[in-house]
Amino acid sequence: MSYFSNIYNGIKSLLTGMSVTGKVFLNARKGTITQQYPENRETLKMFDRFRGEVVMPHDEDNEHRCTGCQKCEIACPNGSIEIIWDRVVNPETGKKKKEIDQHIYHLGLCTMCSLCIEACPTDAIVWAQNYENSVYDRSFLTKVLNQPGSKLMDGVED
Amino acid sequence: MNISLGITKTIHDWLFSVMPEGLASITEMVLIAAVYLGVFAVFGLYLVLLERKVAAWFQLRMGPNRVGFKGLLQTLADALKLVSKELTGTEKADKFLYNLAPYFVIISALMALAVFPFTQEFQAFDINIGIFFLIAISSIGVIGILLGGWSSNNKFALIGAMRSGVQTISYELSVGLSLLTMVLITGSLQLSEIVEVQKNGWLIVQGHIPAVIAFMIFMIAGTAETNRAPFDMVEAESELGAGFHTEYSGMKFAYFFLAEFINMFIISAIATTMFFGGWLSPFGITESLPWLGVFWFLGKTLVIVILMMWFRWTFPRLRIDQLLTLEWKYLLPINLVNIVVMAFIVWQNLIIQL
Repeated sequence: MSYFSNIYNGIKSLLTGMSVTGKVFLNARKGTITQQYPENRETLKMFDRFRGEVVMPHDEDNEHRCTGCQKCEIACPNGSIEIIWDRVVNPETGKKKKEIDQHIYHLGLCTMCSLCIEACPTDAIVWAQNYENSVYDRSFLTKVLNQPGSKLMDGVED
Repeated sequence: MNISLGITKTIHDWLFSVMPEGLASITEMVLIAAVYLGVFAVFGLYLVLLERKVAAWFQLRMGPNRVGFKGLLQTLADALKLVSKELTGTEKADKFLYNLAPYFVIISALMALAVFPFTQEFQAFDINIGIFFLIAISSIGVIGILLGGWSSNNKFALIGAMRSGVQTISYELSVGLSLLTMVLITGSLQLSEIVEVQKNGWLIVQGHIPAVIAFMIFMIAGTAETNRAPFDMVEAESELGAGFHTEYSGMKFAYFFLAEFINMFIISAIATTMFFGGWLSPFGITESLPWLGVFWFLGKTLVIVILMMWFRWTFPRLRIDQLLTLEWKYLLPINLVNIVVMAFIVWQNLIIQL
């Protein structure tokens, strides 16, 4: 008797599959997910999870959140992050403190594995959603993430 | 209002008035062949475009939309590219069979087109064994596929061709038997007469339950006959490269490609003629305008073509043992029982006449 139930189940599952694709077909106009890239480059927004390149956000006072702990540099498997740091004497307390001079990021070496961003204890670096990263010379791919003259935001180390 | 019908009659009379009878009929045959070739080459190309567009809509894409208005010239550009391409081949290929194979496929596809009634009296070749002719012709194409696979000197092509042989021989039975079920109602093999019978209601209505079962079997077997997904083990891109036409390029590849789409049109046209009343309008709404039959015929055919595309983009490919199980253990026994049921219905006169 499983012969007839096989036929019944077979037809039923075929019709279920066809109803799924049929609904997609009828809603194809609204649901199209294709982006027509060169035409819509003004309005095209990448989704949040997209990994374009590593950036360090600065606020309006030109302050970043990087303490120079070098955890990202250690976490990076290909050495695409180099941090040049120095010990600076704080004039108020008189204590010596570590401070970054340049946070250098080699986009050409980066595999977008996101280990540096997971390693960062202060969320100083994040993924940017830009996608037009091609340049004419590879020296342009070496970027300094902290802006010139920027300093550490207050209260990050507490 | 006999626009299309008038033209053919006028040309016929004019040809016979300026030439001796023998020459005139030969000229007429050549003319009809040329018109069919031209029309169906372009029609096949646009079926390719339709396939790509429908595939795109099923996958929430856009499909070709750059060449011409909304991509309408894309398929002509592709054809032009294929025509201008170099014809390559493998070194130890059997050159004669290798070059012969595409013509087998395309000629058998074009021959089958001759017998379809596009509208009343608008039919190139009205023989009294029309449906038998169609079944016979549609299986000749597989010789071309076997030759192409065999002579290419390529293992994948050979495997693809052998699969095609197995598949077509098996599914021939179901196509023939499901059409035979409908012939029990019509009592005739002549396509124009089959359409005449349906003036009292399309055959799928007249034959109700067994006709619906026969239609389902015909669609499954017809999809397998044309080697389309989910029965496309002949080509099976992921397993065999491109199957029997791996080694073909340029125009010869285009013949295979065109034949596939013309075959799809033929299967749909058979289904339209046998189940959905051919060129007859629904409920006879345009009965006074017989030339509108072309519109109804092509419209119904296109709906069934889209149904076949729907199959293609829904179902995954079968394995060869699943394919043979489906045919020999399920479709064939159901079909045989279905014929007996249909014979009983016709004998007891239980058909529904509108």
